Amino acid sequence: MTSSRNTSLSRFVDRVTEGVLGLLALVSGGIVLLIVWHLFSGAWPAIEEGRLGSFFTDAKWQPGSQRDPQFGVVTMLAGSFLVTLLAVALALPVGLATAIFHRFYAPAFLERWNRRMMELLIGVPAVVFGFWGLMVIVPLIVRFAPETSGQSLLAGGIVLALMILPLIALTSQAALQSVPDAQMQAAAGLGLGRARTIWSVALPAARGGISTGVLLSLARAVGETMAVVLVCGNIPQMPGGLLDPIRPITSTIALEMGYATASHKALLFCAALVLVLFTALFVGWLSFRKNEVDPGTGGA
Amino acid sequence: MSSSLTRTSRRTAGIWFDRSLRFGGGFAALLSVVLFSWLIWDLVRLGLPLLTWEFLIGGVEDAGRAGGVGPLLVSTIWILFCCLALVIPLGTGCALWLSEFVRRGSVVARLVTGSVDLLASVPSIVFGLFGMVFFGQIVGMGFSILSGGLTLACMILPILVRTTLTALESLPPDLRPASAALGLTRTTATVKILLPAALPGIVVGITLGIGRALSETAALIFTSGYSTRMPESFFDSGRALSVHIYDLALNVANGAPMASSSALVLLAFILVVNTAAVALSEHWLRRRQSFS
Repeated sequence: MTSSRNTSLSRFVDRVTEGVLGLLALVSGGIVLLIVWHLFSGAWPAIEEGRLGSFFTDAKWQPGSQRDPQFGVVTMLAGSFLVTLLAVALALPVGLATAIFHRFYAPAFLERWNRRMMELLIGVPAVVFGFWGLMVIVPLIVRFAPETSGQSLLAGGIVLALMILPLIALTSQAALQSVPDAQMQAAAGLGLGRARTIWSVALPAARGGISTGVLLSLARAVGETMAVVLVCGNIPQMPGGLLDPIRPITSTIALEMGYATASHKALLFCAALVLVLFTALFVGWLSFRKNEVDPGTGGA
Repeated sequence: MSSSLTRTSRRTAGIWFDRSLRFGGGFAALLSVVLFSWLIWDLVRLGLPLLTWEFLIGGVEDAGRAGGVGPLLVSTIWILFCCLALVIPLGTGCALWLSEFVRRGSVVARLVTGSVDLLASVPSIVFGLFGMVFFGQIVGMGFSILSGGLTLACMILPILVRTTLTALESLPPDLRPASAALGLTRTTATVKILLPAALPGIVVGITLGIGRALSETAALIFTSGYSTRMPESFFDSGRALSVHIYDLALNVANGAPMASSSALVLLAFILVVNTAAVALSEHWLRRRQSFS
């Protein structure tokens, strides 16, 4: 009698627990839908007015202009794309070389010490990198190119490269570490030298892990706001060279959302929607790949 | 004769290849150490002379050129508090449900994990826009500490869910049938056995999330706002330390020294939190290894 009452009571309690936890999980899963929904409804006025075409065909971005309002987002897409590409081009060789050195050449204490440093550097706020870039990198560029303001594609690329360097170095090192020892020994047994073994055996075997790290840092660099808004000059134009100022999409949203109204605001939401689709594609592609690095702790 | 010559030259080439790889790698490693020491040194050189007790407790004066960061520290901690108050139950609950109450491969479970992973990829400025519209306008919190904290909670949720899931999955598998054999209900087993056993992993996840939340700027500009007054309630606008650095660097002429000392304070904060995370996880890892 009591036992059966206990069983039904405990079954009830279990049901409640399951319900509550399930609700929490559904809320967690629903947040991303909520975000996309609100971006979409924020962007809807612009889509309804048919401005999405001019979004990609207008040459300039001057949404506030009374005489000739233009809503071209292409220059800013190009800005985001170029600065990200430059950052990866700068950070990948250095990060990969660092990883090779730490994995195969450095003494253990040095490797340990440097890995600690990299792990801590991943936590340095983007705004601190941006501030330092403005204070140090930008004047340095002016010294070599006195006719420019220094705030440029190059400055943005360097600062972003510094930001993603620890991520690339650490993921590459982890990938190199996971190459089976047997493969390395087999290569040595075939008479390959150490460098040859690294180059022709370890690097190809670690390619998946390395490119996952690169993709993660690409996603991080594209979505970065604070580092680029401080050093890129923020002029919406197509850059003709490394020393020209640019304005990535994220900077535009950060700078203009404060005062934007009506269709201008809706277009900023469109820009955010484009940005989310872009990074979602990256991550979607990543999750299809086999050598997966946990994106949750990497920090997108 | 000729074949032995090529063999020797090939070996020499191999040695040179090895040397250049070692030299190039060492140079790259040195370069990254130098660049990062340069960054830290600049902040210390500019910021440390201003870092006094008065700076830590004083109010912001002259747009940040004078005074201190007292109210900003309070705002930062309050934002963090709001963030954790939402994200801890939400993230742990979500992970517990995924790991203990649904089948791993089921459609619902895959949908939830997939969308949480997707959430991790959303750029922080987009969280800012979302927070501004949803918490600020639709829920009606306006520019407030609460709105900023809840926005950050959405942002760090994936970190907490992932680390908690990993912690739960790495528990000994016989823990579940053993507690069922003792006649414990699933609720009791979850609350009294699994949750305490997974607590180390959860704590590490929370510290990682705190580090990320402290360093966030873009998501806070449009949610918790710019006000430099001492906050009186969670519904007041309050400027976080990271937003202060951004404002000083972008909008205030001659703000660099104060920005450096604010950055030092923020870095010290983050350093403590991240070192704690690393130390905790290594401590628990060692203890688990010594058990098994």
